[in-house]
Amino acid sequence: MTSPPLSEPLGNRKPGFSGTIIGFTSDHENIESAAVEQLREMGFAEGLQVSILHQNPFGKDPIAVRVGAMTIALRRREAKLVQVTQA
Amino acid sequence: MNEQIAVNSQVTPIVAVVGNPNCGKSALFNALTGLRQKVANYPGATVERRSGRIVSAGNLTMIDLPGAYSLNARSADEEVTHQVVTGTHDVEAKPDVILSVVDATNLAQHLRFVLELRELGIPMVVALNMTDLAARERISIDVAALSAQIGVPVIETVAVRKKGLAELTLALSNATLAPAPSNVDFGQTVKQRQKAARKIASATIISEGIGHRTTRRIDQVLLNPVIGPGTLFGLLFLMFQAVFSWAETPMELIEDGIGSLQIFLATTLSDGLFLSFLNDGILAGVGAVVVFLPQILILFLFILVLESTGYMARAAFIMDRLMASVGLNGRAFIPLLSSFACAVPGIMAARSIANERDRLTTILIAPLMTCSARLPVYTVIIAAFIPNQTVGGGVGLQGLVMFVLYLAGILSALLVAAVLKRTVAKGEADTFLLELPKYQNPNIRFVLTGLYERARIFLRRAGTIILVSTIILWVLAVYPAAPIGATEPAISYSLVGMIGSALEVVFAPIGFNWEISVALVPGMAAREVAIAALGTVYSLSGSEAMIEAGLVSVLNNAWSLPTALSFLAWFIFAPQCLSTIAVTRRETGGWKWPAFMVAYLFVLAYGASFVTFRVATWLLG
Repeated sequence: MTSPPLSEPLGNRKPGFSGTIIGFTSDHENIESAAVEQLREMGFAEGLQVSILHQNPFGKDPIAVRVGAMTIALRRREAKLVQVTQA
Repeated sequence: MNEQIAVNSQVTPIVAVVGNPNCGKSALFNALTGLRQKVANYPGATVERRSGRIVSAGNLTMIDLPGAYSLNARSADEEVTHQVVTGTHDVEAKPDVILSVVDATNLAQHLRFVLELRELGIPMVVALNMTDLAARERISIDVAALSAQIGVPVIETVAVRKKGLAELTLALSNATLAPAPSNVDFGQTVKQRQKAARKIASATIISEGIGHRTTRRIDQVLLNPVIGPGTLFGLLFLMFQAVFSWAETPMELIEDGIGSLQIFLATTLSDGLFLSFLNDGILAGVGAVVVFLPQILILFLFILVLESTGYMARAAFIMDRLMASVGLNGRAFIPLLSSFACAVPGIMAARSIANERDRLTTILIAPLMTCSARLPVYTVIIAAFIPNQTVGGGVGLQGLVMFVLYLAGILSALLVAAVLKRTVAKGEADTFLLELPKYQNPNIRFVLTGLYERARIFLRRAGTIILVSTIILWVLAVYPAAPIGATEPAISYSLVGMIGSALEVVFAPIGFNWEISVALVPGMAAREVAIAALGTVYSLSGSEAMIEAGLVSVLNNAWSLPTALSFLAWFIFAPQCLSTIAVTRRETGGWKWPAFMVAYLFVLAYGASFVTFRVATWLLG
């Protein structure tokens, strides 16, 4: 057993951050919450590169992130469900 | 319309067009069916049911379903997609074939949805769309391998250039006789399908490509903390300035045309009721509205171009913070911006908002966005009362006042939203999750088609609602005739004069004379009719010289400045047109909310006009 890599929520990072998605925070261990499912449907997935491109000029929230080939805008509250590690 | 669907379904196979937002689904649908439809780049553009037919091969009925990321419906329009493809929709029959549209530049992501649709057990064809953009980004896909992996025909297409359409039509036609996709299990959860999709994508993508580099570079500028909001507000400001300055020449031409026609009729026809009907009724009324066609087209030009380039989603991103402060989310910005053109499509676009309370709030404040029908009202009053001069470095004062009026509408919408979210539409705020699509050159053909449609709708309104209300008003304004030895203009003795005098009692406290009061009534049919009505009323009560000078100078002589300002304030809020009330009833499923909307807007309008009139009188007095 190797210890899991150190992770932190994407929602806590600043523009310029770039890393890899290692998982999602869910309410229950085996059943994913609706919010996480929606994130997956939008294109978030384990192993994908993610970087924060922009944040809202008026309050740093929402942020615009690059995931795979897409750019997605989301609020930090949802971004905190995405666990990332420094690349 | 529904009957037609039922008839079609019996004869021709139904093809449902399904795909993620921004995959070029609507463009492909248009290219296949030749049906005119607005193409927009933001999620939720397709909120209405669109159907069309392919007659060339096999006679197919095509249905364009709202864009969705999955069959887990989260909003009213995604619900439609879910119901139709699962055969649980009220009127729509279960489709015979599914055309799943996929963006070739984003295969891994879009494939997950294809795998989900596969499970439905309906014959399927995949259109690998935007292959031109994929080629430009140096992405190369092994189509044969992809088709083999998912067990479904895959056709390469470029919807906007009409490439691959013949092959696609043939594949669809063959698919009506084909069995459902084979029973391969690609997983049952989002996570499992996501994994399977990525595996297939990496096995069939020969070259990964360079990504949407151009888009990211443009976003560096347009989403820059300083330049971003500056550009957005600059664009909005430019839009309103352009509405004034670009339209000036064509408007003068139309005005001169109508004027010469009136003079021509006056010199050729003998004086009498018929001449009055043509000149004071139809030409003065309808003409007063038709003259605004150039302005409305310029406004729509901006909105259509912003939509089709993909900028609209960026605007939503920038606006989200502001919208969040009143309990809404940035997604509401898109229907609200459409409402600047017309509240009806705006209210319908609110279907893409998942949260019911947010959707209701958006619908209720949509009429506060200054729609293009109010433009004629603002323009006439501004032209009559605001001097045409520049202030502070070449900014036109008239355009500035227009901007302030639009701003007043926006700010009151935000205030009303904040109040509604704390009272009748109380609840937790919806989240904001929006794909920022890649930038694309505006599709000129679609922008022109959109403009043509707006012009057609506007002129049809001028030819029907406005013409009819103008005629009715003219009749009421001419009968009964003035008694012999009358001292006032004949119209004062007519039915219009009587109605106006009665209403004046209500509206006198806000500075409205009887002519304005009476013009507000037909203004309910469509807002711009108020101007048509003023045209008719003043044309009948004025002298020849006044008529020739046009409505602008007539109003300038007849109204005081406080009255004009009060009139402008009135139109920031009210009245609703009948179509807005009707669509609100349809979208909220009852009379409760449209009644609430009319009531609150009327109260706000009266209050704002009252304050404006009193303050202006006091300041100028």
